[in-house]
Amino acid sequence: MKLVYFAWVRERIGRTDEQVTLPDGVDTVGDLVRWLKGRGEEYEYAFENEGVVRAAIDHVHVKPEARIAGAREIAFFPPMTGG
Amino acid sequence: MPATIRIQAEPFDVAAETASLSRGRADIGAVVAFTGLCRDEGGRLAALELEHYPGMAEAEISRVATEAAARWPLMGLVAIHRYGLVKPGEQIVLVLTASAHRQAAFEAASFLMDYLKTHAPFWKREHLEDGTSGAWIEAKDTDDRAAERWSR
Repeated sequence: MKLVYFAWVRERIGRTDEQVTLPDGVDTVGDLVRWLKGRGEEYEYAFENEGVVRAAIDHVHVKPEARIAGAREIAFFPPMTGG
Repeated sequence: MPATIRIQAEPFDVAAETASLSRGRADIGAVVAFTGLCRDEGGRLAALELEHYPGMAEAEISRVATEAAARWPLMGLVAIHRYGLVKPGEQIVLVLTASAHRQAAFEAASFLMDYLKTHAPFWKREHLEDGTSGAWIEAKDTDDRAAERWSR
């Protein structure tokens, strides 16, 4: 599964993207965030306020409860400031 | 309904895009254009850097355009959003809507902009005249509330 990061989420993690293999039990976006936070300080820092970071699965906005099975690409980013 | 959605680094030509919307048609009575520009924040700002999520930007703006066409009787729509470095006074975004009458064109353009501000995957970072950079612009509650007012 590919993870991609944008804006200050990308800066805090220190990567634009990565491939991950998830263990059993990581079923939702929320689970994925908690699993990522356990991987290192940079992830802890990026997701320190879990309510702020948004997610998209395969280019579609999703909520933390969304199930990730079958996702090709999951993106994490701050609230958008386009327009 | 013809819809043109483009994500590009280059500036756009509002007159040319407007002309393309109504070319060959005599049934369009109203065309509304919104252009978003970069402000200089009282002289502080040297440029805005617009990061975007290629693929999702087109997909999301297309989804919003489809919803606009379902909610209002539109005869054409253009949405162009730039990415990269934009200087004060330069263009950021263009929304054009065409309809038989003005109410649909005004409302659809307003709806598109409110949704674009909150749902389109772009992030702005400031580059200041004093040489410092890096501050990411924060999303505004007022933009979220503006988008919410269209909920049915």
